[in-house]
Amino acid sequence: MTEFTATVTVRLKRGVLDPEAETTKKALERLGFELSALRSADRFELDLEAADAEEAETRADEMAERLLANPTIHDYDVAVAER
Amino acid sequence: MTVSVVQFGGSNCDRDAVRALRHLGIDAERRWHEDGLPADPDGIVLPGGFSYGDYLRAGAMAARAPIMAEVREAAEAGIPVLGVCNGAQIGSESGLTPGAFTTNASARFQCEPVHLRVERADTPWTAAYDEGDVIEVPIAHGEGRFEIEADAHEELVADDRVLFRYCDEAGNATDEANPNGSTDNVAGVLGEHETVAVLMPHPERATLPDVATSTDGAGVLEAFS
Repeated sequence: MTEFTATVTVRLKRGVLDPEAETTKKALERLGFELSALRSADRFELDLEAADAEEAETRADEMAERLLANPTIHDYDVAVAER
Repeated sequence: MTVSVVQFGGSNCDRDAVRALRHLGIDAERRWHEDGLPADPDGIVLPGGFSYGDYLRAGAMAARAPIMAEVREAAEAGIPVLGVCNGAQIGSESGLTPGAFTTNASARFQCEPVHLRVERADTPWTAAYDEGDVIEVPIAHGEGRFEIEADAHEELVADDRVLFRYCDEAGNATDEANPNGSTDNVAGVLGEHETVAVLMPHPERATLPDVATSTDGAGVLEAFS
């Protein structure tokens, strides 16, 4: 078994309104920063033991599918690195 | 008939639901989620509140609590299940009903009376109304914007599973009358069975004449009578 960190990034699907990101963008502009768009995402780092990277990714993927993301509104991606 | 009002950590409309149901002559009791449902539940309410502090997403944690497997089983057996506000978020997170409820377009918590148009009167939840009736019921939520994928939305409309839409006093489902930016002004939907429904507005807060400005919500709870 090898120790891995699987990083799951969950973000709203393109086209789904993100009022919190809009508000954050406005606050940055109020501070004088210039930007044309802001997207936010949730990032989860999962430490787990698996036989190989593929297994670690499969398990993290299931966790994203079943809880970390809501497939109606979210896209997610999984990146696995040996720890 | 005893309605089980499921109490999760952070539920806060469970007492209100019990009181409103009893006012209508319907026996109801609170059920702590860890105690599970009674052997033969007669009806189930998933009440409003902030279960598990809205961690991850509103309703996400409660939707995966063990009692929800029992709720799903009861729903499939035709037992009436009603999700209100946080209960609606739990219902959609658990897959009992389609779509998702997420951050209001205003990015604010909104607590105000709204008007709802009754889209179907042939369900247990709306038998007290006529189709097209406009009722006044309060909302109190920060994450009530109904979102659904385009094809699932088409299916929802084609299957006639929209129960209530936000509307103005005259019954027009306009953008101005949509308090939270919900897709297609949807305020409440049916599950796969008509005995399962969720809605963001609070019918239990529009039932008791002593404390509410409207008692229009009573008809929804009368489904359990």
